Amino acid sequence: MSAFKKGLTDGLPIGLGYLAVSFSFGILAVAGGLNVWQATLISMTNLTSAGQFAGLTIMVSGGSLIEMVISQFVINLRYSLMSISLSQHIDKSMTLPRKLFYGEFHTDEIFAVGMGRPEKLSNKYFLGVIIAPYIGWSLGTFLGAVCGEVLPAMITSALGVALYGMFIAIIVPPMKHSRKISIVVAIAIALSLCFNFIPVLKNVSSGFAIIICAVIASVFGAIVFPIEDDKTKNDAESKESASDGTIINEKEGGSE
Amino acid sequence: MNWIEFLTYLLVMAGVTYLIRVLPYVFMRKEVKNRFFKSFLLYVPYTVLAAMTIPAILFATGSIYSALAGLLVAVVVALFEKGLLTVAISSCVAVLIVELVQKFFFTI
Repeated sequence: MSAFKKGLTDGLPIGLGYLAVSFSFGILAVAGGLNVWQATLISMTNLTSAGQFAGLTIMVSGGSLIEMVISQFVINLRYSLMSISLSQHIDKSMTLPRKLFYGEFHTDEIFAVGMGRPEKLSNKYFLGVIIAPYIGWSLGTFLGAVCGEVLPAMITSALGVALYGMFIAIIVPPMKHSRKISIVVAIAIALSLCFNFIPVLKNVSSGFAIIICAVIASVFGAIVFPIEDDKTKNDAESKESASDGTIINEKEGGSE
Repeated sequence: MNWIEFLTYLLVMAGVTYLIRVLPYVFMRKEVKNRFFKSFLLYVPYTVLAAMTIPAILFATGSIYSALAGLLVAVVVALFEKGLLTVAISSCVAVLIVELVQKFFFTI
C-alpha cells in the first residue's frame, strides 16, 4: 500500500469519530449565538476539541482576549509535546514549508496514529492521514450547526464513544506487550482519576490536568524505565519480550 | 455575533493554537539524543491518551452503564489487536445496545 493510501486508511476512523464530536460543537456554537459559517470556520481553523469548546465559551460570554490566549495556551500546550515527538518521527520529505503547513493538523488522534507507525512519516503519509479528520471535523461542525438536534440523543451518545474507543485501540496493544508501558499508563490513569474526583485537584482545568498527568507519568517512565538505545519506540517493547538478549520484533506489521 | 468581533476572537484563538503546534515542530531540527528525553517522549502518547480517556469516557454517553460497556468492549477488542475502526465501532455498538436495553426495560 502506498504511503498516501496508508495515511488515508489510518485517518478514516479518526474522521468518523470527529464527525460525531464536532457535530455537538456545531449545535453548541449556534445555540451560543454564532451563525453556521462562524461555527464551521472555528473548526476549520482550530482543529481542537477541548480548546474550541473553551474558546467558544469565552466568545459567547464576551470574555477578554487575554483570557482567550491563556485558555488556548493551557489547554493546547500538550500539542507542543506531541509536535516535539512528531518532529523526531518524520523523514526528510518534511521540508520547512511542509512543517509549517502540517503542524496545524497535529491533533491528539493524528499524533497517536502517526506515532503508532513503525516507520518514519513522510509527506505523503501525512497528506493522506489529515484528509478524513479535517473533513470530518469541519463537516461535522457544519452539519451539527445546520441540523441542530435531529439525531436522537442515543445515537449521538453512542457515536461520542467512538473517539475514546480509538484511544483505547492505540493504548492497549502496546500495554499487552510491554509491562513498562502498562505501569506508566496505570500511573497516568491513577493521576487522571485524582484530578477528576479529589476536591481541590478537581478545580484544575481539564487541559492542564492532562498535561500534569502525562508529564508526571512519562517522567516516571523515563527515570525508572529508560529506553536503552536510539532506535524507534518498538524496541522498548520487543526488548522486554526478549530477556535472553535476542530481539524479537513481534510488532512488525502488527499495527494494520 | 458580528463578524469583526468574531474574527478578532478567532484570530487570537487559532493563532495561539497554531504557534503552540508549529514552533516546537519547526525548531526541533536535530534528532534528540538525550536518553531521558527520548524515553520521556516514548511514553507521552500513551500517558496523554490514557489521561484523556479515563475517566472521561465514563461520562461520554447517556449512562454510566453504557459507558462501562463501551469501555470494556473496546479494551477486549483492542486486546485482540484489531484495527482502530473495529475497536471504535464495537465500542459504539456496545453503548447503543446497553442504552436500548436500558430504555426498553427501565423507562416508564
